[in-house]
Amino acid sequence: MTSTSGQSSTCPDQLIEPEQIIEEIYRAEWGRLLSLLVARTRRLDLAEDGLSEAFAKACERWPGRGMPANPSGWLFTTAYRYVVDHLRAEAVAGRKAPLLAVRAEWVPPEDLAVELADDRLHLILLCCHPALARESQSALALRLVLGTSTEQLARLFLVSRATMAARLTRAKRKIVRAGIPLGTPLGEELRNRLDEVCRTIYLAFTAGYTPMVGVELLRADLAGDAVRLAAVLHDLEPDATQVRSMLALLLLQHSRRDARQRHGRLVPLADQDRSTWHQDEIRTGLELIAEVEQQDGYAEELRLQALIAAEHASAATAPATDWAMIERYYADLDARTGSPIVRLGRAVAVAMVEGPQAGLAMLSTLEATLPAHHRVAAVRAELAQRAGELDLADASYERALTLCHNDAERAHLQEKLDALRTD
Amino acid sequence: MKYFVLLAGAGEMPPWEELTAAEQEAGMARHAAFDEACATRPGVELLSAEALGEGSDATTLRTRGGEMVITDGPFAEIAEQIGGFYVLDAPDLDTVIELCKVLPAYDIDIRPVLDMS
Repeated sequence: MTSTSGQSSTCPDQLIEPEQIIEEIYRAEWGRLLSLLVARTRRLDLAEDGLSEAFAKACERWPGRGMPANPSGWLFTTAYRYVVDHLRAEAVAGRKAPLLAVRAEWVPPEDLAVELADDRLHLILLCCHPALARESQSALALRLVLGTSTEQLARLFLVSRATMAARLTRAKRKIVRAGIPLGTPLGEELRNRLDEVCRTIYLAFTAGYTPMVGVELLRADLAGDAVRLAAVLHDLEPDATQVRSMLALLLLQHSRRDARQRHGRLVPLADQDRSTWHQDEIRTGLELIAEVEQQDGYAEELRLQALIAAEHASAATAPATDWAMIERYYADLDARTGSPIVRLGRAVAVAMVEGPQAGLAMLSTLEATLPAHHRVAAVRAELAQRAGELDLADASYERALTLCHNDAERAHLQEKLDALRTD
Repeated sequence: MKYFVLLAGAGEMPPWEELTAAEQEAGMARHAAFDEACATRPGVELLSAEALGEGSDATTLRTRGGEMVITDGPFAEIAEQIGGFYVLDAPDLDTVIELCKVLPAYDIDIRPVLDMS
């Protein structure tokens, strides 16, 4: 099985219009069409190859012959035929591959003719099954639900294209061989599974939003794919509060993408040009989170994180930020998660409310848990500088530079250190 | 599909022989509940169920350079803690996972059994 299928980019240049339409259909319809194909054929591999093939054919034909009356229907039928032909060939050769397992109560979706037939929730749950490695879950979900290309996924997760292709193939094979079933879990099980899906999408987002290594500070397009996936899930499960909170969180963070870097350098929140924040996304994010009441478990963690992002997003200027409120959210989050990354954020908030010494004291509790994380050293440097402890600041910048492997962040740290030394 | 469910007395479930009589009795009750859950679940059939002797009673055979070497077992550390297994027919992985929630808190590996026919 190959994983060469990807973005449809083979249309001739001179016929821009159908190409653009096909791009749009690809973005809007890939996941829905694939989910229906998978549900109808119970073959992940063939469904994906067939749909890629159908888009390639559309690129060949539509510019010259004109668009079919129902483009999505045409794509589905073409892809479905591809799958059926291959199933027939397999049967003749006596080499039928196993089908996807399905839950007992599962009912295959109706014909495509039924308006809005959509099986993407099943596809997402299949990709995000906890029996798959988390990184495979993220990549597979982006691949199957959004049609993100193998190349882009490789760039997102910082592996070679060949490694990513192998990872996707292995994950699809495991789904079939281990009998991970198609069909929606019910009740409490669905809630737990949606928590897992949220974790998976959040991982994909942070991989694009805050890359830990490499030259790029931010791969906004790739982080954007995770936001789209969250939006799809929210459309499918509008009442799931953890999904609502996650979408709000991602929208609010993603809205700052254009302000986060300038000339390849990291721009800290306080120095960002707030006029370049995407206000429409902020509005949507604020509306979403305003409707979520207190939860428990992972849903509450997401809610608190979204509330923190909301405080930042709704402050007109950096000094207008309500740090006391943010500190309260962080304290609650810290008590719930015990996460060192949360503690780091809390230390920053505490420093803003009670002064840099209090922040430094809170950071000292992180030495044991996050000794090799450059952001701990970077925050310590900054707080020490503010507290007037210039030797500690100098040493901490040095340490952060040793630990940091992202080129854009390193440049930012070096600048701060140089400024400290010339002052 | 056919599944092989391997039970290890690890994590929160100590090895069987370290349990008190009362704990063993409670454990047996959970195994009985598992049998019952399998029997009543549509599409599920329990094909085989065995408790194994202690890992320290295992004998390991390894062929190296064409020669079989016999040693004291078991062959891997976790194998020491394996206490038993089930083989069952079930429609999918999620069904097996759900059924396993009835069992004592073993560390459990679920493996699909290959269809060699």
